[in-house]
Order: sequence, then structure tokens, then C-alpha cells
Amino acid sequence: MPVLNSEVLPVRGEGDIVSVRQAVRKWAVEIKCSLVDQTKVVTAASELARNLLIYGGGGEVRLEKLQEGLRGGVRVTFEDKGPGIPDIPQALSDGFTSGSGMGLGLGGAKRLVNDFSIESEVGKGTRVTITKWK
Amino acid sequence: MQERIPILQMGRVLLVTIQVDMHDRLALQLQDDLTNKISESGAKGVLIDISSLEMVDSFIGRVLANISSMASVLDAKTVVVGMQPAVAITLVELGLSLNGVLTALNVMKGMKLLERE
Ligand SMILES: Nc1ncnc2c1ncn2[C@@H]1O[C@H](COP(=O)(O)OP(=O)(O)OP(=O)(O)O)[C@@H](O)[C@H]1O
Ligand SMILES: [Mg+2]
Repeated sequence: MPVLNSEVLPVRGEGDIVSVRQAVRKWAVEIKCSLVDQTKVVTAASELARNLLIYGGGGEVRLEKLQEGLRGGVRVTFEDKGPGIPDIPQALSDGFTSGSGMGLGLGGAKRLVNDFSIESEVGKGTRVTITKWK
Repeated sequence: MQERIPILQMGRVLLVTIQVDMHDRLALQLQDDLTNKISESGAKGVLIDISSLEMVDSFIGRVLANISSMASVLDAKTVVVGMQPAVAITLVELGLSLNGVLTALNVMKGMKLLERE
């Protein structure tokens, strides 16, 4: 799939979560997503960037602008070298949290985008990829 | 540098307009500041205008819910006003129900709601 453009943002602190939100918004606007779709993908990215920081100990967010035939898309990958997720289905279920959250981030992010995938290895890290198509 | 969201007092109502893309600490700071201000001023109502907010995620949603429940412990009502439709749609899909948080379409309607209470 052709990748038109890409950008990598480090996530080391809370301010970086805001930068990720703003970058994702900019790209969603560029591919002409509706306001609702922009809001959905930005919200999903905010949840995943926070998980990356809080549970993953920080990491990198890669943004890619995709073109598949006539439709454009934004793909965002969140990658950390943190502790990993031992039980992915459990982590994805609404209400599960190992911290002090509401356990909505992962399941919610999945509902807000078109494609969602998660890979994780205990002791190695976690990679979550989301795509929103125009 | 201590960045803060200003809290305006209008009679017995505290008015907050959130105009920036808040980072998490700023949201928590607002929660603390509002709690202090309610107990100092004896305010009976808190109006939070989020019409400029382009996104509410689980963290900000939780802060709004916390503010509302802390205010109610201090005998004040909270109304969140002006949520953009796209934000409301996204919140529902995210799975966040702002339980116990009163909402109104705009500041005027929010004020009316507080007066009625
Ligand atoms: N990048 C990650 N590395 C390690 N564990 C993670 C990561 N992301 C999520 N998790 C685990 O998955 C659980 C569920 O995550 P989710 O985002 O759904 O909820 P939460 O962050 O606990 O709460 P909320 O997002 O509602 O504030 C987390 O509590 C954590 O245990
Ligand atoms: Mg989370």
C-alpha cells in the first residue's frame, strides 16, 4: 500500500500526548476526513499515546498518510519497549484496568477506527496500529 | 511556570471556559483549583464551557466526572455546557458515559439549569 508521507513523534511526557493529538488532527484534515471522523481518530490516538506513556514507559508514534485507490487514510502506530501485555483479550475488554483508569482506552480506540491491531510480547513491548480511512 | 485555567466567579456561580487542548496535568490542576474555589467561595454552581474543546478522551471525561462529584460533596451543582456534536458522538462510541454530569447546550441554558436547582 502506498505510503505518501510519514512522521515520527517521540512520546516522553504528557505534553507529547497533546502533540500526537494535534499531528493526527492535521493529517485527518489533510485527507479530508469529516469532523466526526477526525474527532474519533484523534480521541483514539490520545488514548493510545497515554497508554504508551503510562504503561509502556514512553516510546514512539509513527504517522503515515496512505493512499489506496481513491481513498486516503491515516495510519498511526504506537510502539514501546515496555513490559508488554500478558493477556490481550482481557486488556481489550471494557472496564479492565491494571492502573487507575476506567479500562476504556484500548476497547474504545478499537471502536473509533476502521482497522486496529495489537501485538505485544511480555518483557519486550507493545505495538498498536490504527487506521482511519476517509 | 504554573499554567492554569482561569476560574471566574459570577455571584454564586463559578465559570470555567476551557480554551486549550489540555494536557493531563492541566486538567488535574483545574480539578484541584475548582474544589478549593468552591469551598472558599461557597459557590452553589459550577459551569464548565467546553465548546472550544475538540476532543474529550477518557482522561478528560474522568476529570469532568470527578469535578462534578467533588462539587456535589461540597453542595454545588456542576453543568458542562457546549459539547460539540462530534465530541458527543465520539464519547458514546468510546464507551464513556458522563454519569452524574449535568449537561446543557450553551452557557445561557446552563445558567438556567443552575438557577432551577
Ligand atoms: N502500551 C502498553 N503496555 C503495557 N500494558 C498496556 C499498554 N496499553 C495498555 N496496557 C494494559 O491494558 C490495560 C487496559 O488499557 P486501557 O487503555 O483499555 O485502560 P486504562 O488505561 O487502564 O484506563 P483508561 O484508558 O480508561 O484510562 C491497562 O490497564 C494496562 O494494564
Ligand atoms: Mg488507557
